[in-house]
Amino acid sequence: MVGSIVAIGMGLAVIGAGLGIGWIGAKAMESIARQPEAVGDIRSNMILMAAFIEGAALIAILLAFLVA
Amino acid sequence: MIRLAAIFSLIFCVAFSLSAQHNHHGHDHSGHDHSGHNHAGHDHSGHDHSAHADHSGHAHGADGDHGGCGHYGDFDVAETAMHHISDANVYSIGPLQIPLPIMLKSDDGWELGMSSKFKPDLLGHGDGHVGHNRYVLHGGIVKRIADASFPMGEFNVVGFKHDKLEIDGKEKDVTYVCTGDAMHLLEQKSTFDGGLFGGGMSSYKDFSLTKNVTSMLIVCLFLFWIFRRAAKAYKKQDGKAPKGLQGMLETFVVFIRDEVAIPFLGNKWEKYFTFLLSVFFFILGLNLYGQVPFFGGSNVTGNLAVTMVLALLTFIITNVSGNAHYWKHLLVAPGVPFFVKLIIIPVELMGIFIKPLTLMLRLFANITAGHIVMVVFIGFIFIFGKSGESLAGASGAAVGSTLLTMFMMAIELIVALVQAFVFTILTASYLGAATEEAHH
Repeated sequence: MVGSIVAIGMGLAVIGAGLGIGWIGAKAMESIARQPEAVGDIRSNMILMAAFIEGAALIAILLAFLVA
Repeated sequence: MIRLAAIFSLIFCVAFSLSAQHNHHGHDHSGHDHSGHNHAGHDHSGHDHSAHADHSGHAHGADGDHGGCGHYGDFDVAETAMHHISDANVYSIGPLQIPLPIMLKSDDGWELGMSSKFKPDLLGHGDGHVGHNRYVLHGGIVKRIADASFPMGEFNVVGFKHDKLEIDGKEKDVTYVCTGDAMHLLEQKSTFDGGLFGGGMSSYKDFSLTKNVTSMLIVCLFLFWIFRRAAKAYKKQDGKAPKGLQGMLETFVVFIRDEVAIPFLGNKWEKYFTFLLSVFFFILGLNLYGQVPFFGGSNVTGNLAVTMVLALLTFIITNVSGNAHYWKHLLVAPGVPFFVKLIIIPVELMGIFIKPLTLMLRLFANITAGHIVMVVFIGFIFIFGKSGESLAGASGAAVGSTLLTMFMMAIELIVALVQAFVFTILTASYLGAATEEAHH
């Protein structure tokens, strides 16, 4: 029972992180299209922001491991 | 290029279908002695592991029906994946098991020597045929019999049996060793995560030179060698354009300097540059080393202890070099309304610990997930091949999963680079936040 709830929770965390990272990717693509000369800055900031969002999902995964 | 890839996939396919067949045969003689077979089913009821007898219905696969001592049972992909990402006391290249030194400390003293003293097959699954002072070798990993009254000294090992057992209300995978006359419960392997991933606190501590440590030493020596060569090259052709290895390393070093160190650390970049470069090349080297197929596939940066130490270094360096400005904004939060302070300050204080925690977990999760996906894709061959019964299924799945695995490996090469870069850039951004001067 707990395992199933944890599985749902992990799925929700993945949806959140996926939406967040997808949004960043979309916006980064758009920015690069608008300003191709800033591609280097945009890329490194994109990876940094994606890493922060991933952090939230990772905490969810850790809690899932602890509960399961 | 495409032709080369095609030839490689063909070799992979053949190798995998053959190994699927091998698994079937290995299956037959893995028990190497079935004498324990007859009484294995009912023996443990007389033992103090009566809990096991109650739960024998939980046993998975055909295994549970006859309590096959030393039988591997059906192919369990999750178990195989977990085994492949874990550390081991042998270095396995394909089926070849190279023994490594062991150093085990328990209340009964030290157990020293090589893991070959458990007499595993040179080509096999890394199961020892002999046990020493309650220690046995199972799947390349040294484990200990939980029963403290078990006599010390040498004993014969007939086989191993996997089962599920309820411990503290949680169902855990446990292993039994068959010594010919009885089944004995093995302790979980000691892990510092306190049993988060199936381990637990054990009565012994493993200080051995394990597969992960060996890989780390190999990679560190290799990095030392290439950097020494590059440094010599700079001395030799001073003022000239770099070439070869030197040029390749310079690309990375300049990239880290211009994209990571200078933007985040400003004019103090030189002070922390050595740390950033060390972390970057250490993680990158080990990520790539773990991707080499048929060469151990050691999962060093996917080991929680290794990433914990890396994150701990970042944590210590960040907080030790944090200036007054950093601590003031963290503990006092000047210029913030009082009620907001009540929220901001605890969140910031938690952030000190959450930042290295996510650093640790990110690297661990990404690399481990990559390794698991690879093993699971290859495991499709055994699932579709029904553990060697269906050659058609195995060879069909071999083609598909080889292509999938090669695709995943290409992605994992990018992940290896990106994760090394992310760890470095986050370390730099935390350091930058801690050392930033006040500007009013």
